[in-house]
Amino acid sequence: MAETKTKAWRNDAIAKVTGRAKYADDYKFYGMLHVVPVYTDAVSAEIRAIHTEEAEKMPGIVRIVTAKDVPGNPHYGQIQKDYRILADDRIRMNGDVIALVIGETRAQALEAAKYVRADLSPLPAIFDPEEAAKEGAFLIHPDKGTNIINHHKVRTGDAEEAFKHCDIILDEFFATQHQEHAYIEPESSVADPGDDGVIRIYGSMQHPFVARRFSACVLGEPLSNIDVLTIPVGGGFGGKDDTAAIVAARAALCARLTDRPCKLTYDREWSMKESYKRHPYKIYYKMGLTKDGKIQACHVTVYADGGAYCSVTPWVTFRSTAQCCGPYVVPNVHCDIYGVHTNNVFTGAFRGFGSPQINYVVEQMVEKAAEALGMDEIEFRRLNCVKQGSTTVTLQKLDNHTVSLEQVLSTTIEKIGYYEKRKNNTYGKLNENGEYYGIGLAMSYRGMSLGAEGPDFCAAIINAQFDGSIIIETGIHENGQGSESAMIITAAEYLGVNRDRIRYHRSSTSTIPDSGTTVASRGTIMGTSAVVLAATKLKAQMSQCLAPALECNPEEIVFANDCLTAPNGKSLTWDQAVLKMFFLREHPFAQDTFRVRDGIDCSWDEETGHGKAYFTWVYGCQAAEIAINPKTGKIRLINAAATHDVGKAVNPPFVIGQINGGMAQGFGYGTMEDLGIKDGKIANLNLGKYKIPKANELPDFIVTLVENYDPMSKSGAKGIGEPALELMAPAVANAIAHATGKRYQKLPMIIPPEK
Amino acid sequence: MEIKVNGTLHIVDDSRQDDELLNWLREDLNLTGTKNGCHVGICGACVVLIDNKPMRACRRLLKHADGKEVTTIEGLKGQNGALHPLQQAFVDHGSVQCGYCIPGMIMTGHALLLQNHHPSREDIRKAIANNLCRCTGYVQIVDAIEAAGSAYDENA
Repeated sequence: MAETKTKAWRNDAIAKVTGRAKYADDYKFYGMLHVVPVYTDAVSAEIRAIHTEEAEKMPGIVRIVTAKDVPGNPHYGQIQKDYRILADDRIRMNGDVIALVIGETRAQALEAAKYVRADLSPLPAIFDPEEAAKEGAFLIHPDKGTNIINHHKVRTGDAEEAFKHCDIILDEFFATQHQEHAYIEPESSVADPGDDGVIRIYGSMQHPFVARRFSACVLGEPLSNIDVLTIPVGGGFGGKDDTAAIVAARAALCARLTDRPCKLTYDREWSMKESYKRHPYKIYYKMGLTKDGKIQACHVTVYADGGAYCSVTPWVTFRSTAQCCGPYVVPNVHCDIYGVHTNNVFTGAFRGFGSPQINYVVEQMVEKAAEALGMDEIEFRRLNCVKQGSTTVTLQKLDNHTVSLEQVLSTTIEKIGYYEKRKNNTYGKLNENGEYYGIGLAMSYRGMSLGAEGPDFCAAIINAQFDGSIIIETGIHENGQGSESAMIITAAEYLGVNRDRIRYHRSSTSTIPDSGTTVASRGTIMGTSAVVLAATKLKAQMSQCLAPALECNPEEIVFANDCLTAPNGKSLTWDQAVLKMFFLREHPFAQDTFRVRDGIDCSWDEETGHGKAYFTWVYGCQAAEIAINPKTGKIRLINAAATHDVGKAVNPPFVIGQINGGMAQGFGYGTMEDLGIKDGKIANLNLGKYKIPKANELPDFIVTLVENYDPMSKSGAKGIGEPALELMAPAVANAIAHATGKRYQKLPMIIPPEK
Repeated sequence: MEIKVNGTLHIVDDSRQDDELLNWLREDLNLTGTKNGCHVGICGACVVLIDNKPMRACRRLLKHADGKEVTTIEGLKGQNGALHPLQQAFVDHGSVQCGYCIPGMIMTGHALLLQNHHPSREDIRKAIANNLCRCTGYVQIVDAIEAAGSAYDENA
């Protein structure tokens, strides 16, 4: 790959290759205590009493905390306040925590935790979201009066009427599984109560602002009493949003109650038992077609298993709703998507966020449709997919950016040699190697950032020092994706300075305005846009102050090559310019915010499902070549290719890295990852049984970046984290169908060995 | 017990024979570069070298290191204060994202390259098969290990 030939750069690479990078569990404070959570064996039960007396007498035990010790509100949630920091009335899932044991050492806390007991009365339990949605079902949260967390709709055209005029109707069922994020670093937070009354939290998370909100809520204290600092995070993938906030809030609670620093580090089993997963979906999908090859109507019903708590289920299912027909133009759509409580482990944000499930279905439905029509599967896609100026199923006109779906499709086909290779598809007949072989692809569009889900805005600060060095920070969090480096590169470009001048200040929630969560592939588009705005503001301020010295009009000054230059040839070096600013009693300092305007850039009508769901979109296509050994059923990924339009690749080696990693996760999702959950209990609680792809199970990937500068982004750049993941499972599903002649409509796709 | 870690000899009381190596490195020696990802010997984040062989520190006890030389990520150094060539290759190839698997990955790669300076990509993929990474899809990690091989020729 040409792109990786140039040396990669990121600001934290050296610390990470030398072992100097300090993650949460690497922090130690004088007098620090260790916290251990206590679980029960139950899945659904009423809590009658929690007995801590015996455990309290164990050596080294400082305190045992239960729900009654919470000074503030023990209930919190980003959307519905139904999550318990510690279980109070009921056990609703197997991962519920009833107590926190605080010990002088971790070993002492672990030992004492065995002696905390709960008196429980068993309650009924329900695990199927479709059953749980029915009238009269056992209620997980009686106060809500229903297990249905949310119901999103799309009502476009008249689907029922349209089906009457269709030549072919496909009616299919699909099911997807829980997926574990499997970040290699389990959750950890250290809370240090400062002498200024502020608790400082060093934690592994991707949404420090929600960790602060959750902690403040639990403590009954103002947000300003909590300061969440940025430290390296050992992977998130959406999984360190809610759960990391819970861990941080528990550490903060223990620190406040003991007035000592407290560390809560999860082991892998606790992490997998308690942390939220990707939503399993039950999907009923009906598609109507006319002989001319056009999709006329879709009827979509989805039950998404939200598990015991709401988390961000309404937002995850919103994306599934807005993208319910994939990147295809469908004039008549009737879509109902329900997020539903069950007694399974709760579910929430996971890279892809409601799109991987839908893409898995839609990209198989279009191939079934092409087959039923006797059409080429690529030609069918081209005929029906969105193009420049097309209208989406939510009646959004795609006209404010380049609609590059056909471009990414053609590029992927060419790069992997799809047309040549598909001649070798075996369709259930073993080839000369004694294997089944198939090539398949999938494509998607994806709304960028949060869209109409919620307020979407991000802050950036640029603070130039009198020696010419520059400090920047944004409200975007470094999760490992390289966001800090992308911000530095953008600031250097727009200020016309060398990037070596710039340090990224690891923001804390007390220094940078609350800019929301670093999810939704929004880091690059929101963060770099904010950096461009702040840089523009700083240049305007400096130009205003320095125009007299340069004897020109402020707007004539050019910032480039570490210099400010006037048309008359006069110039100041960057060092001279900032020093002059200080002598003029002016701080070269700028803050600005990039905003997605409500109602203008994004809009949504809950009743009709109409509106501008997202302010801009990205387009991607991935293809997979597989071989299946009939004796073992093992799917071998021979080769895979991806093409993504990212607007602008700010730091190409890491854009490619995102795509490589997303493809691997998507392959795992499609073919192997499974919690083994039964009656609410997870069997595969560690990485031995919960399989994620290994190095020897993956090939090198063919990655191609397409850069259609996006005018909706101030930097032209969009996002790549999630588009990279959402296509591999359907591409592999299509490859399996072409290899075996059979459709696998349940994830993970496990091929039974032949006898 | 006598355990050499990154060139420094530690005399450890025999009462600690059955203490876990990973915990000792992290908590007693403050060598926190070695990570705990699964604690059951699966993920490879805790790989260190014991007499130049890659071992999972979460599955080793102090007695297993008695009389031996342990090398952790902190002990890997290049010449004249520079990064070790393998570390530099990880930087240059964009192999690092979250970074949590990287110390174990580098130690496993280092052990491979000590044995075989020019492994094939397949050899590399096999060698790191029990080092899990969730960010990178392994491609750029394989690139780095492949590229660093020639540096081992020079040092041989």
